[in-house]
Amino acid sequence: MDSNVEGRIVKISGPVIEAKNMRGSKMYDVVRVGDENLIGEIIRLNEDVATIQVYEETSGLKPGEKVVSTGAPLLVELGPGLLTSIYDGIQRPLPQIKQATGDFITRGVEIPSLDREKKWRFKPSVKKGDRVVAGDVVGEVKETSLIVHKIMVPPGVEGVVEDVVDEGDYTVLDKVATVKTTEGKMDIQMIQRWPVRKGRPYIKRLDPTVPLISGQRVIDTFFPIAKGGTAAIPGGFGTGKTVTLHQLAKWSDAQIVVYIGCGERGNEMTDVLREFPELKDPRSGKPLMERTVLIANTSNMPVAARDASVYTGITLAEYYRDMGYDTALMADSTSRWAEAMREISGRLEEMPGEEGYPAYLASRLAEFYERAGRVQTLGSKRREGSISVMGAVSPPGGDFSEPVAQNTLRIVKVFWALDADLADRRHFPAIHWLRSYSLYVDDVKGFWEKIGKNWLGLRNKAMALLQKEAELQEIVKLVGPDALPQHERAVLESARLIREGFLQQGAFHEVDTFCPEKKQYEMLRIMLGFSDKILDAVGKGVHIDDIIKLKSMESLVRMATVPNDRFEEEFKKIEVGIDKELGSLLKEVSGNGS
Amino acid sequence: MGHEGVEYSYVSEVTGPLMIVEGIKGVAYNEVVKIKTSSGEERTGQVLEVYEDKAVVQVFEGTRGLDTRFTSVRFTGETMKLGVSKDMLGRIFSGTGEPRDGMPPIIPEKRLDINGQPINPDAREYPREFIETGVSAIDGLNTLVRGQKLPVFSGSGLPHNELTAQIARQAKVKGKGEEFAVVFCAMGITEEEANFFIRSFEETGALERTVIFLNLADDPAIERIILPKMALTCAEYLAFDLDMHVLVILTDMTNYAEALREISAAREEVPGRRGYPGYMYTDLATIYERAGRIKGKKGSITQIPILSMPDDDITHPIPDLTGYITEGQIVLARDLHNKGVYPPIAVLPSLSRLMAQGIGKGRTREDHACVSDQLYAAYAEGCDLRDLVSIVGEDALSDRDKAFLRFADEFEKRFVSQRKDEDRSIEETLSIGWELFSMLPVSELKKIDPKYIEKYLPKKKREESEA
Repeated sequence: MDSNVEGRIVKISGPVIEAKNMRGSKMYDVVRVGDENLIGEIIRLNEDVATIQVYEETSGLKPGEKVVSTGAPLLVELGPGLLTSIYDGIQRPLPQIKQATGDFITRGVEIPSLDREKKWRFKPSVKKGDRVVAGDVVGEVKETSLIVHKIMVPPGVEGVVEDVVDEGDYTVLDKVATVKTTEGKMDIQMIQRWPVRKGRPYIKRLDPTVPLISGQRVIDTFFPIAKGGTAAIPGGFGTGKTVTLHQLAKWSDAQIVVYIGCGERGNEMTDVLREFPELKDPRSGKPLMERTVLIANTSNMPVAARDASVYTGITLAEYYRDMGYDTALMADSTSRWAEAMREISGRLEEMPGEEGYPAYLASRLAEFYERAGRVQTLGSKRREGSISVMGAVSPPGGDFSEPVAQNTLRIVKVFWALDADLADRRHFPAIHWLRSYSLYVDDVKGFWEKIGKNWLGLRNKAMALLQKEAELQEIVKLVGPDALPQHERAVLESARLIREGFLQQGAFHEVDTFCPEKKQYEMLRIMLGFSDKILDAVGKGVHIDDIIKLKSMESLVRMATVPNDRFEEEFKKIEVGIDKELGSLLKEVSGNGS
Repeated sequence: MGHEGVEYSYVSEVTGPLMIVEGIKGVAYNEVVKIKTSSGEERTGQVLEVYEDKAVVQVFEGTRGLDTRFTSVRFTGETMKLGVSKDMLGRIFSGTGEPRDGMPPIIPEKRLDINGQPINPDAREYPREFIETGVSAIDGLNTLVRGQKLPVFSGSGLPHNELTAQIARQAKVKGKGEEFAVVFCAMGITEEEANFFIRSFEETGALERTVIFLNLADDPAIERIILPKMALTCAEYLAFDLDMHVLVILTDMTNYAEALREISAAREEVPGRRGYPGYMYTDLATIYERAGRIKGKKGSITQIPILSMPDDDITHPIPDLTGYITEGQIVLARDLHNKGVYPPIAVLPSLSRLMAQGIGKGRTREDHACVSDQLYAAYAEGCDLRDLVSIVGEDALSDRDKAFLRFADEFEKRFVSQRKDEDRSIEETLSIGWELFSMLPVSELKKIDPKYIEKYLPKKKREESEA
């Protein structure tokens, strides 16, 4: 292999350059560009001319400067130290860049992704003479107080352990084991490298059956995502994509979270960096940062690296999946990624598809979402791991008919449709209940029915109520609410209760920000029970205006903010209150009637 | 590389704002070019695309008078730089960074690349210091904080200039007498509008703390491409080298985007939506993302870009892409303006994303968040009912609904409306909110913690509801 291909720049146009004398280099090889050694990737080859997208700012670059191929595709480093890190799109650690170059990001910085000096406590779990296959765990490292990092035999390696180090402190580059394979001896370090554009192998895919619990009622109860599932959250600006994804990153019961800030605001990443170390995981009580990897390629950082950031993120997620963890990946926003594709494609003068996006937009999106899933991992121990992928989509003008949203919807199984009208009236999360859907409802039914009986029945009943409300609203728009019969007005009130008390959730409220499964179930059960009771009461002649005035109505709306540790007894009181108040109303009418 | 100072005269093509120079060597991407026309006039340009022996150059002062025979070109060997110094305060500069006020050029302390560099997200300080603008609809409902970028989405004929000037005049951080400065960047606005701002800064004595970059409507459009970059380079120097709190006003971003489209069209690029280039999002981001705070630095950059929405259409690519980058938006509405409401801020589509962290106890007041939520909810309900009333008439409404309807009207009249010189403190703003709440039944104040109702709701009303 000739990896020392060296060419010369002949053309520069923004982030795309052309170089000649590049014969011998391969598609998607990483190259070093110019005297400052900028990082680039070959995206087209024509005779001896290579077209290269450069991951750094190209100002000042001149034709004639050299381009050297590294002979390898874009790789990420995998090993202990990923968690709590914040990387740019090509896995360079931002805090270390800050130490090296100051508050602003300069070019040509070269810093390894994983700390080379730091020592990790390695505890072997194989012994000399053991037979191992790819994916088998040779030892463990306590990466953070939450996560045990498993050092695995890399894909493609199989043989007999010839040597393994004793428990002790080692750097990621130290040899921790040697495996004798049919092709010779193979040293295993705690670090592995993997090309980002290629999915990591697994044995087989499994069906999703367990929901990813996020503590967000409208998601968990109405439009659940399963572990290993895919979801898209499209919405115009200000509808709450980022807040919803942050909520999912904070509270979902995944063991590992990879959050990609792809072409979005710098301050949002700062918000995550500021908040996550302080927030505690509601299940373990440990800081959320200890299970999180952040990838930040903000909108003003080079556009080619934005394309890479998505692949970098999913590769890290796959690595933790291979250890047997449930991983959740949030990409905010996939539209910015698509725009990066469009920009590069435009510079290549490719024939554009819809709205200037390249014709391969749909296949790139599909490839990305297909890397999600619940799988049986490599290794003789049959671990199971999953990646759930949630991608924000930012459609221009909030119009979902545009190519990125449409192509995404063809792939994903859950659609959380954000609605500008709801956002304008501060109904958050602004996920529209009639336009959204989840294809996992039946898959996760088994899980929920263990929480409370007839969960699916309650959910569907609530959905039907909301649908009925939408129909009635059409009539109300014409005739006003007072013209409706009592029964219909009771339906409207019940639906309003569900909307205001259940679907709305305060992301910034200390209690409401996370709602446990049991509490969600109980809230829905009590609210629907209340709905049945008032429908019955108006049937018996109670006037709806008397029901609206009940104190119970207010306590029902405030159920969400009842502290999570004592909601059960509080909810009982509310139920008793309802029965008492409605009972006395009923007594009045029956008294009048007789 | 030895080519600096060499004059080339191989201009092979002039098209729109671009020219193509051939027979060159060692020219860098984004390098600055000095152009001499046949009549001896000097112009400035920048390399947009470079090959081994030819370069595509955009000419900032326009290509009129350039020819393919006598025009000569000199490559300067460096990218676009701006000389900066504290003496820029109180001065007016043109689109190419030259003084425009008839005074001598400044003596630069530093020469900075106008493209700047992205702030490392790890070095950013999260903005959460409340700026009191004295405008209720902003302070109360769409709070501005230091380091935020909050654009004004307006339309032609709406008073965005008055509002922005009022903000610039009144903006203050409570209890702090820190150094502040205004960088005013005018792209393609009329001389009259520019004079309005200058006069307004003059009246409050802010002019000597203001740096003005001016490109008027009749100045070359292509200069508008670099003007905001220069203004922000100057702002970064003032904020991060001189520890000042800088408010940057960029007006009108629509003109900037049009200039961007003009260049893109001349380069025959594949257009995105409505002919704007596909990279407009990234390009706008390199401007807006230069707002912010940095850990360990005293200064800050707060941006208020103004853009006029063509045909008041918020889904037009310019406001749309801007809204995706900025931390919220203040939307002005024509119907409010026609009703005589000043400032005509449409609060429902307006938003400040950094509000949640900038308000509350110790920053504004403990009840701020729930007052704001409740005002939003009640006003939204009132607006819905207006639609209903236009069909069924007011008589068909219940008393509760009538209260909300009245609330919406009063909200516009008393809360949103204020005089152009009225500087309301946050306490005043919140107490107007509470007065408005007293129009509603207490049981409808669902978004407010009962303990605040107890504390802040005007007494008379509370007694009424208890009786």
